[in-house]
Formats: sequence, structure tokens, C-alpha cells
Amino acid sequence: MKILTTNYLTCALRACKSHPSSFPLHFRDAELQQDSLPFNAAFIANILPRIDWPALLTTATELGFTGLPAEKPDLLATAEMEADEGVGRELHRILLETQVVEGKLVCGNCGHEYAIHQGIANFLLPGHLV
Amino acid sequence: MSRPEDTLPPDLFYNDRESQKYTTSSRIQTIQTSMAQRALSLLSLPHPSLILDVGCGSGLSGEALTASEHTWIGMDISASMLAIALDRETAGDLFLADIGQGVPFRPGTFDAAISISAIQWLCNADSSHVSATGRLARFFEGLYASLKRGGKAVLQFYPKNEVQRSMITGAAIRAGFGAGLLEDDPGTKNVKVYLVLTVGAGAEEGGAEDV
Ligand SMILES: [Zn+2]
Repeated sequence: MKILTTNYLTCALRACKSHPSSFPLHFRDAELQQDSLPFNAAFIANILPRIDWPALLTTATELGFTGLPAEKPDLLATAEMEADEGVGRELHRILLETQVVEGKLVCGNCGHEYAIHQGIANFLLPGHLV
Repeated sequence: MSRPEDTLPPDLFYNDRESQKYTTSSRIQTIQTSMAQRALSLLSLPHPSLILDVGCGSGLSGEALTASEHTWIGMDISASMLAIALDRETAGDLFLADIGQGVPFRPGTFDAAISISAIQWLCNADSSHVSATGRLARFFEGLYASLKRGGKAVLQFYPKNEVQRSMITGAAIRAGFGAGLLEDDPGTKNVKVYLVLTVGAGAEEGGAEDV
């Protein structure tokens, strides 16, 4: 699972969605993998407004990434990002090239644990929790 | 030939053998890819986008998204299908999840969603304590919330009959979507039905017929 995805993911229990402590989900025993993907500046520019920055900082810190600025950078122009090595590339590295391949995600509200195996998260809820 | 969704729920039907058979059939590959490309062209996305693939299966539809430089997240209830997607090294993030239980993403996450040959499975509720109506409602409400304002979804499906077709379309409209049905090759045995959904706007102009 990419770090990008965790910034949008919520607990699957409906009752949790309105609780601030349910987001972001927290990684436990996370095993990371770094991939190498072509840099897509236009994609970063498109999704940046929808990134929850405090949640990203929480996740990044939990996984040991400390290179992000405390505040969300201003809207980045695609051409600018392509030209320089700054925050756009760092976002690309963390959001898209970093994957959690094993471990679990835990909800801070209900405590439910979602297992991640071979990069695939299991979000099937048992019948009594639906 | 009986319809697969009449025999077993999707997580049981698409076991390792059926999933492999499905994914390696060149006829199915060609059809799935061309329907995914059609769905993508109906979305007419202006930028590289974040897309939800509903019932992503072994990643055949996702590969069409990757080819157009989009990033996708896929949900599927069949572990066997997802295992094949892993083997094929598809670029999307994969979730083992039941779309009838909802869509676990925060509001406004996705630019768009696609689904190829999956949502008719929602009408099969044999294995659950929830009715088909309840599962459809959960799915469409969740999908609606997870798309950004002005976002779109194109869902190709195989309605079993008129009742199922209006049940699915009705559930989408009740969730708040502007909805239209588009048919390719109408009146033939190759007819393909696309439910074209918009968030925060009425039915699409042109092409799609109002429901
Ligand atoms: Zn929870």
C-alpha cells in the first residue's frame, strides 16, 4: 500500500468516520519497500490540494520520514516541479514510491486492525461489524 | 449458460481456478481492456488523476488506467483475483474489500471511478444478512462521498434484466448522482451498458440517455 493511499483511507466502520481519532489509521509493524517510478509532476500538482497535510506528517513520522516541511507547500506548478529537486520529488518519493508491504493499519478510535499482506490490505469486515 | 452471479457469491466463484481462467482468456482480456478504455474516454479526465477501480479483479482494467498515466486504487472481494493482479505486477494499490460494505475513503478523495463488469454482483446477497437494496445503497452512498465535486464515475455492468437495471440505476440516483445509461451495440448480444454518474451536476449532456 502506497503512503498516498493511507492519506485518503478511513476505517471501514461507519461509526468511526465522524471521530477525529479514527484518521489517519496508524501503521504497526510496517515493512517498507522503495520502488522506482517515473516522476509525474502533473499528478502531484493535481492531488496536492486533497492531501491532508497533518495526517501525512503523522504517517511520515511513524514510518521514519522526516524530510517534509511542517506546512503544506503552495500549489506547485508542474513545470517548476519538473525542473527542481525540491518538495515535489520528496512527495513523489514518499507518496508514490514508498509502499508498506507487510504489517497492519490500526484505527485509533475502535482499535480494529487491518492486516496488510504482500501490499494488499484486508478491509473485509466481519458480518457483526458491518 | 448460467450467469456466474446466479451460482455463487463472487469471493467463492472467483477461486484460484476461475480467476486464472478468466484472466488468461484472450477474449476476456480484449473485451475488458476495450471496455476500460471506453469508460476512461467517457470520463475525459484533463489531468493525470486518482481513480478508484471498483471490482478491479486481476487488474485488466487498471492496466488501461496506468497506460494513461493515472494512479489507481482497486477494491475487490476475490483474494484469488487480487493474487493474480500481484503476479501481473499491476501498478494500482489493491484492497481486499466488499463494496457492498461501503467505500472506506474520506470525502472528495477521487477524481473519478470506473468499474468493469462488477456491480451486478451487488445484487447477489445470498451470503450476507444484508439485502441487495441495502448493499447497493451502501456502495453508491460511499462512492458518491468518495468522489470530489464535479467528479465522475463510469460503471460498465451486465444487468440480468430490466428490474436489476432499474434497481442499480435507482440506487445511484438516490445516493445523489446525476445518472445516465449509455449502451454500445444496443439490441445485439454484444450490448454493453455503462452507467455514467456525475457528482454535483445533473445528467450528462449528449450520448447518455436520461434515466
Ligand atoms: Zn474504527
